[in-house]
Amino acid sequence: MAKVTIKVNGKNQTRTVEDRMLLVDFLRDELRLTGTHVGCDTSQCGCCTVHVDGRAVKSCTVLAAQANGANIVTIEGMAKNGKLHPIQRAFSECHGLQCGFCTPGMIMATAGLLKDKPNPTDEEIYKGLEGNLCRCTGYINIVKAVKMSAKLLRGKKH
Amino acid sequence: MYALNYVKAKSLKEAAAILAKNPEAKLLAGGMTLIPTMKQRLARPTHVVDIAGLSELRGIVSKGGKLVIGAGTKHHDVATSAVVRKAIPALAGLAAEIGDPQVRNRGTIGGSLANNDPAADYPAAVLGLGASVVTSKRSIAAEDYFQGLFATALDAGEVIVRVEFPLPKRAAYSKFHHPASGYAMAGVFIAQTAGGVRVAVTGAGPGVFRWTAAEAALAKSFKPAALEGLALDASGLNSDIHADRDYRANLVRVMAKRALAKLSGRK
Repeated sequence: MAKVTIKVNGKNQTRTVEDRMLLVDFLRDELRLTGTHVGCDTSQCGCCTVHVDGRAVKSCTVLAAQANGANIVTIEGMAKNGKLHPIQRAFSECHGLQCGFCTPGMIMATAGLLKDKPNPTDEEIYKGLEGNLCRCTGYINIVKAVKMSAKLLRGKKH
Repeated sequence: MYALNYVKAKSLKEAAAILAKNPEAKLLAGGMTLIPTMKQRLARPTHVVDIAGLSELRGIVSKGGKLVIGAGTKHHDVATSAVVRKAIPALAGLAAEIGDPQVRNRGTIGGSLANNDPAADYPAAVLGLGASVVTSKRSIAAEDYFQGLFATALDAGEVIVRVEFPLPKRAAYSKFHHPASGYAMAGVFIAQTAGGVRVAVTGAGPGVFRWTAAEAALAKSFKPAALEGLALDASGLNSDIHADRDYRANLVRVMAKRALAKLSGRK
Protein backbone atom coordinates (compact mmCIF):
# COMPACT_ATOMS: atom_id res chain seq x y z
CA MET A 1 0.00 0.00 0.00
CA ALA A 2 1.14 3.55 -0.63
CA LYS A 3 0.39 6.56 1.52
CA VAL A 4 -0.15 9.55 -0.71
CA THR A 5 -0.87 13.21 -0.13
CA ILE A 6 -2.14 14.90 -3.24
CA LYS A 7 -3.39 18.45 -3.49
CA VAL A 8 -6.64 18.35 -5.42
CA ASN A 9 -8.42 21.58 -6.31
CA GLY A 10 -6.50 23.40 -3.62
CA LYS A 11 -7.03 20.93 -0.79
CA ASN A 12 -4.53 18.33 0.45
CA GLN A 13 -5.97 14.83 0.42
CA THR A 14 -4.16 12.01 2.21
CA ARG A 15 -5.12 8.40 1.64
CA THR A 16 -3.54 4.98 1.80
CA VAL A 17 -4.13 3.30 -1.54
CA GLU A 18 -3.06 0.21 -3.44
CA ASP A 19 0.20 0.76 -5.31
CA ARG A 20 -1.54 -0.04 -8.59
CA MET A 21 -4.37 2.45 -8.12
CA LEU A 22 -4.70 4.84 -11.04
CA LEU A 23 -4.99 8.55 -10.44
CA VAL A 24 -8.41 8.60 -12.11
CA ASP A 25 -9.68 5.97 -9.68
CA PHE A 26 -8.21 7.95 -6.79
CA LEU A 27 -10.16 11.00 -7.93
CA ARG A 28 -13.39 9.17 -8.65
CA ASP A 29 -13.53 6.46 -6.00
CA GLU A 30 -11.57 7.94 -3.09
CA LEU A 31 -12.57 11.60 -3.48
CA ARG A 32 -15.88 11.05 -5.31
CA LEU A 33 -14.87 13.64 -7.90
CA THR A 34 -16.76 11.92 -10.67
CA GLY A 35 -16.52 14.75 -13.18
CA THR A 36 -13.30 13.18 -14.45
CA HIS A 37 -14.52 10.43 -16.75
CA VAL A 38 -13.13 7.11 -17.93
CA GLY A 39 -14.02 6.76 -21.60
CA CYS A 40 -11.70 4.16 -23.04
CA ASP A 41 -9.32 3.01 -20.32
CA THR A 42 -6.67 2.58 -23.04
CA SER A 43 -5.14 6.08 -22.84
CA GLN A 44 -6.68 7.27 -26.07
CA CYS A 45 -9.89 9.22 -25.45
CA GLY A 46 -8.71 11.95 -23.06
CA CYS A 47 -11.99 12.02 -21.06
CA CYS A 48 -9.89 11.61 -17.90
CA THR A 49 -7.71 14.67 -18.57
CA VAL A 50 -6.75 16.63 -15.45
CA HIS A 51 -3.93 19.05 -14.74
CA VAL A 52 -0.94 17.75 -12.79
CA ASP A 53 1.37 20.57 -11.72
CA GLY A 54 -0.15 22.79 -14.38
CA ARG A 55 0.07 20.39 -17.34
CA ALA A 56 -2.78 18.43 -18.94
CA VAL A 57 -2.34 14.67 -18.52
CA LYS A 58 -4.49 11.56 -18.83
CA SER A 59 -5.26 10.50 -15.26
CA CYS A 60 -6.01 6.93 -16.39
CA THR A 61 -2.33 6.61 -17.31
CA VAL A 62 -0.79 7.84 -14.08
CA LEU A 63 -0.57 5.90 -10.81
CA ALA A 64 -1.93 7.71 -7.78
CA ALA A 65 1.43 6.98 -6.15
CA GLN A 66 3.23 8.85 -8.96
CA ALA A 67 1.09 11.89 -8.19
CA ASN A 68 2.14 11.94 -4.53
CA GLY A 69 2.97 15.55 -3.67
CA ALA A 70 1.52 16.89 -6.91
CA ASN A 71 -0.92 19.73 -7.36
CA ILE A 72 -3.98 18.60 -9.31
CA VAL A 73 -6.87 20.48 -10.83
CA THR A 74 -9.94 18.60 -12.03
CA ILE A 75 -13.07 19.85 -13.78
CA GLU A 76 -14.60 20.41 -10.33
CA GLY A 77 -11.85 22.94 -9.62
CA MET A 78 -12.60 25.13 -12.62
CA ALA A 79 -15.72 27.02 -11.50
CA LYS A 80 -15.06 29.60 -8.80
CA ASN A 81 -17.64 30.90 -6.28
CA GLY A 82 -20.52 29.40 -8.21
CA LYS A 83 -19.40 31.04 -11.47
CA LEU A 84 -18.45 28.88 -14.42
CA HIS A 85 -14.89 29.13 -15.69
CA PRO A 86 -14.77 31.04 -19.01
CA ILE A 87 -13.97 27.79 -20.85
CA GLN A 88 -17.02 26.09 -19.31
CA ARG A 89 -19.11 29.09 -20.30
CA ALA A 90 -17.82 28.96 -23.86
CA PHE A 91 -18.57 25.23 -24.20
CA SER A 92 -22.08 25.88 -22.90
CA GLU A 93 -22.74 28.90 -25.09
CA CYS A 94 -21.25 27.38 -28.26
CA HIS A 95 -22.97 24.08 -27.54
CA GLY A 96 -19.58 22.38 -27.78
CA LEU A 97 -21.07 19.06 -26.73
CA GLN A 98 -23.90 16.68 -27.31
CA CYS A 99 -23.90 13.85 -24.79
CA GLY A 100 -21.32 15.67 -22.68
CA PHE A 101 -19.27 12.63 -21.72
CA CYS A 102 -16.03 13.92 -23.24
CA THR A 103 -16.63 17.51 -22.11
CA PRO A 104 -14.67 17.55 -18.81
CA GLY A 105 -11.62 16.21 -20.66
CA MET A 106 -12.13 18.62 -23.55
CA ILE A 107 -12.30 21.55 -21.13
CA MET A 108 -9.17 20.49 -19.24
CA ALA A 109 -7.31 19.91 -22.53
CA THR A 110 -8.48 23.32 -23.78
CA ALA A 111 -7.20 24.94 -20.60
CA GLY A 112 -3.84 23.27 -21.24
CA LEU A 113 -3.78 24.34 -24.87
CA LEU A 114 -4.63 27.96 -24.11
CA LYS A 115 -1.86 28.15 -21.52
CA ASP A 116 0.67 27.41 -24.29
CA LYS A 117 -1.17 29.17 -27.10
CA PRO A 118 -3.52 31.92 -25.90
CA ASN A 119 -4.64 32.71 -29.45
CA PRO A 120 -4.60 29.41 -31.35
CA THR A 121 -5.25 28.98 -35.06
CA ASP A 122 -7.70 26.31 -36.25
CA GLU A 123 -4.75 24.04 -37.00
CA GLU A 124 -3.34 24.55 -33.49
CA ILE A 125 -6.73 23.75 -31.98
CA TYR A 126 -6.97 20.50 -33.98
CA LYS A 127 -3.49 19.53 -32.85
CA GLY A 128 -4.07 20.73 -29.31
CA LEU A 129 -7.12 18.51 -28.92
CA GLU A 130 -5.58 15.49 -30.64
CA GLY A 131 -5.57 13.61 -27.35
CA ASN A 132 -9.34 13.95 -26.89
CA LEU A 133 -12.06 12.07 -28.70
CA CYS A 134 -15.68 13.17 -29.09
CA ARG A 135 -18.00 10.64 -30.68
CA CYS A 136 -21.01 12.98 -31.10
CA THR A 137 -20.27 16.44 -32.33
CA GLY A 138 -17.93 16.25 -35.27
CA TYR A 139 -15.85 18.77 -33.32
CA ILE A 140 -17.15 21.85 -35.14
CA ASN A 141 -18.74 23.42 -32.07
CA ILE A 142 -15.89 22.27 -29.87
CA VAL A 143 -13.47 24.25 -32.04
CA LYS A 144 -15.84 27.23 -31.83
CA ALA A 145 -15.92 26.87 -28.04
CA VAL A 146 -12.12 26.82 -27.87
CA LYS A 147 -11.96 30.02 -29.92
CA MET A 148 -14.53 31.70 -27.70
CA SER A 149 -12.66 30.47 -24.61
CA ALA A 150 -9.49 32.06 -25.95
CA LYS A 151 -11.28 35.34 -26.50
CA LEU A 152 -12.85 35.32 -23.05
CA LEU A 153 -9.55 34.45 -21.39
CA ARG A 154 -7.78 37.24 -23.28
CA GLY A 155 -10.33 39.53 -21.68
CA LYS A 156 -12.20 40.45 -24.82
CA LYS A 157 -15.93 40.31 -25.22
CA HIS A 158 -16.98 38.14 -28.12
CA MET B 1 -3.67 -4.25 -13.77
CA TYR B 2 -1.94 -6.88 -11.64
CA ALA B 3 -0.79 -5.95 -8.15
CA LEU B 4 2.66 -4.41 -7.96
CA ASN B 5 4.99 -2.59 -5.62
CA TYR B 6 5.60 1.06 -6.36
CA VAL B 7 9.01 2.40 -5.35
CA LYS B 8 10.13 5.99 -5.78
CA ALA B 9 13.89 5.94 -6.39
CA LYS B 10 15.89 8.71 -4.75
CA SER B 11 18.89 8.24 -7.01
CA LEU B 12 20.04 6.39 -10.09
CA LYS B 13 22.13 4.16 -7.85
CA GLU B 14 19.13 3.21 -5.77
CA ALA B 15 17.08 2.50 -8.91
CA ALA B 16 19.85 0.24 -10.25
CA ALA B 17 20.07 -1.58 -6.92
CA ILE B 18 16.32 -2.29 -6.88
CA LEU B 19 16.50 -3.55 -10.46
CA ALA B 20 19.45 -5.80 -9.59
CA LYS B 21 17.56 -7.34 -6.67
CA ASN B 22 14.25 -7.80 -8.51
CA PRO B 23 14.60 -9.34 -11.97
CA GLU B 24 10.94 -8.62 -12.78
CA ALA B 25 11.11 -4.94 -11.77
CA LYS B 26 10.55 -2.24 -14.39
CA LEU B 27 11.63 1.37 -14.56
CA LEU B 28 8.84 3.92 -14.70
CA ALA B 29 9.46 7.40 -16.06
CA GLY B 30 6.51 8.98 -17.89
CA GLY B 31 4.70 5.65 -18.01
CA MET B 32 3.07 6.46 -21.36
CA THR B 33 3.77 2.96 -22.69
CA LEU B 34 4.33 0.93 -19.53
CA ILE B 35 1.08 1.86 -17.76
CA PRO B 36 -1.22 1.11 -20.74
CA THR B 37 0.68 -2.16 -21.19
CA MET B 38 0.18 -3.07 -17.53
CA LYS B 39 -3.48 -2.11 -17.73
CA GLN B 40 -3.93 -4.58 -20.56
CA ARG B 41 -2.12 -7.17 -18.45
CA LEU B 42 0.53 -7.53 -21.12
CA ALA B 43 3.18 -6.69 -18.54
CA ARG B 44 3.34 -7.90 -14.96
CA PRO B 45 6.27 -6.26 -13.19
CA THR B 46 6.68 -7.10 -9.50
CA HIS B 47 7.97 -3.57 -8.89
CA VAL B 48 7.79 -0.30 -10.75
CA VAL B 49 10.73 1.91 -9.91
CA ASP B 50 9.80 5.54 -10.42
CA ILE B 51 12.77 7.51 -11.77
CA ALA B 52 10.76 10.55 -12.95
CA GLY B 53 12.27 13.75 -11.70
CA LEU B 54 15.69 12.33 -10.75
CA SER B 55 18.12 15.24 -11.01
CA GLU B 56 20.69 12.95 -12.70
CA LEU B 57 18.34 12.52 -15.67
CA ARG B 58 17.57 16.20 -16.15
CA GLY B 59 18.91 18.92 -18.34
CA ILE B 60 19.32 20.12 -21.91
CA VAL B 61 22.76 21.50 -22.83
CA SER B 62 24.38 22.43 -26.12
CA LYS B 63 28.16 22.59 -26.01
CA GLY B 64 31.25 21.43 -27.88
CA GLY B 65 29.28 20.60 -31.02
CA LYS B 66 26.88 18.34 -29.12
CA LEU B 67 23.33 18.64 -27.87
CA VAL B 68 22.94 16.65 -24.65
CA ILE B 69 19.45 15.80 -23.41
CA GLY B 70 18.77 14.13 -20.05
CA ALA B 71 16.85 10.87 -20.32
CA GLY B 72 14.07 12.16 -18.07
CA THR B 73 13.30 15.10 -20.36
CA LYS B 74 9.70 15.16 -21.47
CA HIS B 75 8.70 15.44 -25.13
CA HIS B 76 7.01 18.78 -24.45
CA ASP B 77 10.22 20.17 -22.98
CA VAL B 78 12.30 19.02 -25.96
CA ALA B 79 9.71 20.48 -28.35
CA THR B 80 9.68 23.88 -26.67
CA SER B 81 13.31 24.17 -25.52
CA ALA B 82 15.04 27.23 -26.95
CA VAL B 83 18.34 25.33 -26.78
CA VAL B 84 17.03 22.40 -28.85
CA ARG B 85 15.27 24.68 -31.32
CA LYS B 86 18.50 26.52 -31.93
CA ALA B 87 20.82 23.49 -32.02
CA ILE B 88 18.70 20.92 -33.91
CA PRO B 89 15.32 22.40 -34.87
CA ALA B 90 14.32 19.13 -36.57
CA LEU B 91 14.57 17.36 -33.21
CA ALA B 92 12.30 19.91 -31.51
CA GLY B 93 9.87 19.50 -34.40
CA LEU B 94 9.96 15.73 -34.10
CA ALA B 95 9.22 15.90 -30.36
CA ALA B 96 6.24 18.18 -31.05
CA GLU B 97 4.77 15.46 -33.32
CA ILE B 98 4.87 12.62 -30.79
CA GLY B 99 1.51 11.29 -29.59
CA ASP B 100 -0.77 14.03 -28.31
CA PRO B 101 -0.33 16.94 -25.87
CA GLN B 102 -1.15 14.85 -22.80
CA VAL B 103 1.39 12.21 -23.82
CA ARG B 104 4.04 14.86 -24.54
CA ASN B 105 3.48 16.30 -21.06
CA ARG B 106 4.60 13.04 -19.42
CA GLY B 107 6.50 10.83 -21.90
CA THR B 108 10.30 11.02 -21.84
CA ILE B 109 13.07 10.60 -24.40
CA GLY B 110 14.77 7.94 -22.30
CA GLY B 111 11.55 5.97 -21.94
CA SER B 112 10.89 6.10 -25.66
CA LEU B 113 14.39 4.85 -26.47
CA ALA B 114 14.34 2.10 -23.82
CA ASN B 115 11.04 0.85 -25.22
CA ASN B 116 12.15 1.11 -28.90
CA ASP B 117 8.69 0.84 -30.38
CA PRO B 118 9.15 0.19 -34.11
CA ALA B 119 6.85 3.15 -34.89
CA ALA B 120 8.30 5.60 -32.34
CA ASP B 121 9.81 8.87 -33.54
CA TYR B 122 12.92 9.36 -31.41
CA PRO B 123 14.77 6.31 -32.78
CA ALA B 124 14.76 7.98 -36.22
CA ALA B 125 16.49 11.08 -34.83
CA VAL B 126 18.98 9.11 -32.73
CA LEU B 127 20.01 6.91 -35.66
CA GLY B 128 19.69 9.70 -38.24
CA LEU B 129 21.99 11.99 -36.30
CA GLY B 130 24.39 9.25 -35.22
CA ALA B 131 23.74 10.04 -31.56
CA SER B 132 25.05 8.14 -28.53
CA VAL B 133 22.88 6.68 -25.81
CA VAL B 134 24.73 7.16 -22.52
CA THR B 135 23.71 4.76 -19.77
CA SER B 136 24.57 4.09 -16.16
CA LYS B 137 27.36 1.83 -17.49
CA ARG B 138 28.62 3.06 -20.87
CA SER B 139 28.04 5.03 -24.05
CA ILE B 140 26.32 3.13 -26.86
CA ALA B 141 26.45 4.28 -30.50
CA ALA B 142 23.05 4.46 -32.22
CA GLU B 143 24.17 1.80 -34.70
CA ASP B 144 24.68 -0.68 -31.88
CA TYR B 145 21.83 0.47 -29.68
CA PHE B 146 18.76 -0.42 -31.78
CA GLN B 147 18.35 -4.16 -32.23
CA GLY B 148 14.95 -4.56 -33.85
CA LEU B 149 11.41 -4.90 -32.56
CA PHE B 150 11.34 -3.54 -28.97
CA ALA B 151 14.95 -4.75 -28.59
CA THR B 152 17.95 -2.65 -27.56
CA ALA B 153 21.54 -3.15 -26.43
CA LEU B 154 20.56 -2.32 -22.84
CA ASP B 155 21.49 -4.98 -20.28
CA ALA B 156 19.17 -5.85 -17.44
CA GLY B 157 19.46 -3.14 -14.84
CA GLU B 158 21.14 -0.66 -17.20
CA VAL B 159 19.53 2.78 -17.13
CA ILE B 160 19.65 5.42 -19.88
CA VAL B 161 21.04 8.64 -18.42
CA ARG B 162 21.26 10.97 -21.40
CA VAL B 163 21.45 11.16 -25.17
CA GLU B 164 24.26 12.99 -26.94
CA PHE B 165 23.44 14.30 -30.40
CA PRO B 166 26.29 15.59 -32.58
CA LEU B 167 25.09 18.78 -34.26
CA PRO B 168 24.35 18.24 -37.95
CA LYS B 169 24.86 20.82 -40.67
CA ARG B 170 21.14 20.53 -41.22
CA ALA B 171 18.42 17.98 -40.67
CA ALA B 172 14.71 17.42 -41.21
CA TYR B 173 12.06 14.89 -40.20
CA SER B 174 8.87 14.04 -42.02
CA LYS B 175 6.28 11.64 -40.73
CA PHE B 176 3.08 10.10 -42.01
CA HIS B 177 0.90 9.80 -38.93
CA HIS B 178 -1.31 6.82 -38.46
CA PRO B 179 -4.65 8.67 -38.45
CA ALA B 180 -5.90 7.04 -35.22
CA SER B 181 -2.84 6.36 -33.08
CA GLY B 182 -0.58 9.16 -34.29
CA TYR B 183 2.35 6.75 -34.51
CA ALA B 184 4.53 6.87 -37.62
CA MET B 185 3.38 4.66 -40.47
CA ALA B 186 6.57 5.94 -42.00
CA GLY B 187 8.89 8.56 -40.58
CA VAL B 188 12.12 9.64 -42.24
CA PHE B 189 14.89 11.63 -40.58
CA ILE B 190 17.50 13.05 -42.94
CA ALA B 191 20.68 14.71 -41.72
CA GLN B 192 23.71 16.22 -43.37
CA THR B 193 26.44 15.41 -40.87
CA ALA B 194 30.22 15.72 -40.72
CA GLY B 195 30.35 12.04 -41.67
CA GLY B 196 28.02 12.38 -44.66
CA VAL B 197 24.31 12.13 -45.37
CA ARG B 198 22.26 9.87 -43.07
CA VAL B 199 18.71 8.70 -43.73
CA ALA B 200 16.92 6.89 -40.89
CA VAL B 201 13.50 5.31 -41.28
CA THR B 202 11.02 4.48 -38.52
CA GLY B 203 7.51 3.00 -38.60
CA ALA B 204 8.02 1.10 -41.83
CA GLY B 205 10.01 -1.91 -40.65
CA PRO B 206 10.40 -4.05 -37.53
CA GLY B 207 12.79 -1.43 -36.17
CA VAL B 208 14.49 1.79 -37.17
CA PHE B 209 16.98 1.37 -40.05
CA ARG B 210 19.17 3.40 -42.40
CA TRP B 211 18.19 3.64 -46.05
CA THR B 212 21.68 3.41 -47.46
CA ALA B 213 20.72 3.64 -51.14
CA ALA B 214 19.07 7.01 -50.45
CA GLU B 215 22.13 8.14 -48.51
CA ALA B 216 24.35 7.34 -51.52
CA ALA B 217 22.02 9.13 -53.92
CA LEU B 218 21.77 12.20 -51.67
CA ALA B 219 25.54 12.31 -51.19
CA LYS B 220 25.75 13.01 -54.93
CA SER B 221 22.84 15.44 -55.07
CA PHE B 222 21.10 16.63 -51.90
CA LYS B 223 17.75 17.27 -53.54
CA PRO B 224 14.31 15.59 -53.62
CA ALA B 225 14.89 14.79 -57.31
CA ALA B 226 17.77 12.50 -56.33
CA LEU B 227 15.21 10.08 -54.92
CA GLU B 228 13.12 9.86 -58.10
CA GLY B 229 13.05 6.29 -59.29
CA LEU B 230 14.81 5.05 -56.17
CA ALA B 231 12.83 2.17 -54.70
CA LEU B 232 13.21 0.90 -51.15
CA ASP B 233 13.23 -2.89 -51.01
CA ALA B 234 9.84 -3.71 -49.47
CA SER B 235 10.56 -7.33 -48.58
CA GLY B 236 11.44 -6.71 -44.92
CA LEU B 237 8.85 -4.01 -44.25
CA ASN B 238 5.72 -4.16 -42.10
CA SER B 239 2.53 -5.20 -43.81
CA ASP B 240 -0.78 -4.86 -42.01
CA ILE B 241 -4.37 -3.68 -42.41
CA HIS B 242 -3.20 -0.07 -42.37
CA ALA B 243 -0.66 -0.33 -45.17
CA ASP B 244 0.91 -3.20 -47.05
CA ARG B 245 4.67 -3.34 -47.48
CA ASP B 246 4.75 -1.89 -51.00
CA TYR B 247 2.64 1.04 -49.88
CA ARG B 248 4.94 1.60 -46.91
CA ALA B 249 8.02 1.47 -49.16
CA ASN B 250 6.51 4.18 -51.32
CA LEU B 251 5.50 6.17 -48.24
CA VAL B 252 9.13 6.14 -47.07
CA ARG B 253 10.26 7.69 -50.34
CA VAL B 254 7.51 10.31 -50.15
CA MET B 255 8.41 11.19 -46.55
CA ALA B 256 12.09 11.41 -47.51
CA LYS B 257 11.24 13.82 -50.31
CA ARG B 258 9.09 15.90 -47.97
CA ALA B 259 11.91 16.07 -45.42
CA LEU B 260 14.27 17.28 -48.16
CA ALA B 261 11.69 19.79 -49.35
CA LYS B 262 11.54 21.21 -45.82
CA LEU B 263 15.29 21.80 -46.00
CA SER B 264 15.09 23.60 -49.30
CA GLY B 265 12.31 25.80 -47.89
CA ARG B 266 9.55 24.31 -49.99
CA LYS B 267 6.51 22.72 -48.41
